[in-house]
Amino acid sequence: MGYLRGFAVTAKKIFEGVTTKQYEGGKGGKTDQKAPKPERLHGRHVLNKYEDGMEKCIGCELCAGVCPANCIYVRGAENPPSDPKSPGERFGYVYEINYLRCIHCDMCVEACPTEAITETKLFEFSFSNRSDAIYTKDELLVDDDGRPQQLPWEDWRDGEDQHTSGWMRATAPSGKASAQGTVAWSGELGYGVRAPEAAQNVRTPIDAAIEAVAVDTAKAEEKG
Amino acid sequence: MGLVQNVGESGIEGLDHNFVTAPLEKLVNWSRARSSWPATFGLACCAIEMMATGGSHYDIARLGMEVFRASPRQADVMIVAGRVSQKMAPVLRQIYDQMMEPKWVISMGVCASSGGMFNNYAIVQGVDQIVPVDVYAPGCPPGPETLLHAITTLHEQIESGELLRRRAETGAGANIMIEQLDGQGQSELVTLTSKA
Repeated sequence: MGYLRGFAVTAKKIFEGVTTKQYEGGKGGKTDQKAPKPERLHGRHVLNKYEDGMEKCIGCELCAGVCPANCIYVRGAENPPSDPKSPGERFGYVYEINYLRCIHCDMCVEACPTEAITETKLFEFSFSNRSDAIYTKDELLVDDDGRPQQLPWEDWRDGEDQHTSGWMRATAPSGKASAQGTVAWSGELGYGVRAPEAAQNVRTPIDAAIEAVAVDTAKAEEKG
Repeated sequence: MGLVQNVGESGIEGLDHNFVTAPLEKLVNWSRARSSWPATFGLACCAIEMMATGGSHYDIARLGMEVFRASPRQADVMIVAGRVSQKMAPVLRQIYDQMMEPKWVISMGVCASSGGMFNNYAIVQGVDQIVPVDVYAPGCPPGPETLLHAITTLHEQIESGELLRRRAETGAGANIMIEQLDGQGQSELVTLTSKA
């Protein structure tokens, strides 16, 4: 009668409910739901804009340089003075990411000096064509509200376009020595201007020391 | 009319298109999309996510795909999960050739799709250099939801009959044209064909 114990396990499991997530790629109707995303999930990228509509990307190619899979292709160009695309001297006039190479390591996001490239939490997409997988700048740029574009082969749900993945910086944007090695999370605003990381607002003794040295150097230069 | 003869020669694909066979074709595509058994082809870490997709939390039995067949003769979809080394390439091609028509290929993960970050001499730079790929799932590795998205995309295409029509026209899955360099300084465009 040993098998009755096995049946007992089965009978117990019947009342435990269903664990299956009813995800069907956006084609399953009402029951088709996504599981909530973890805070640090890295999804497909977006190229951000400032609130006045200027592009944040300055075409510095640091993201392309740091990319371990060589999936980013950037070309910078001089901003036309009559119709500038970005606030600086240069802007990225070609920006392509090959999603058949991208491993979503987020190193481009860390490297970007202007927070131009960040990642959304969208990870439900697939291609039936290789050329769909190469996202051009037109596809990556956010719209005028700062929301990512929703391409036909991606499965977006309501409200998801406001979520960016948590991003981190190993060093401060200005290369501040005190912030080196500090990892902090940005707020989950998703689009528009973000609050700075806490670690970059705190004035540490090292900052004071650096400033003191800078003042001393300036004085010494004045004396000649 | 060569209707009977066509069916005798090339099976259900040989049916002439008319008002009787159109619903039949729909029915066949419908049933094909709902029981496309995958061949086991886990090669690396993507296979772990593929197993997770088969587990109870994502449960691809809902999509009629719960039986991962070890024998290629009983499989319809090959999910290439993971990086394909140069040594594995002929094996992969042989498994594909042994699968029965109609057959489909999902390239799961960036390594299978394009070599990913392993741009070196050991790894095939994209499994579509060996077999015609129908759907690519990006990610490193793609999560179960990405794979499910790829699977449902494939099912949609199977049901619409799009893939088989495309194959009949071009002989290729995703219509890949690769530039073949033969070392003679000349290049020639070669279309990957599913009829080896």
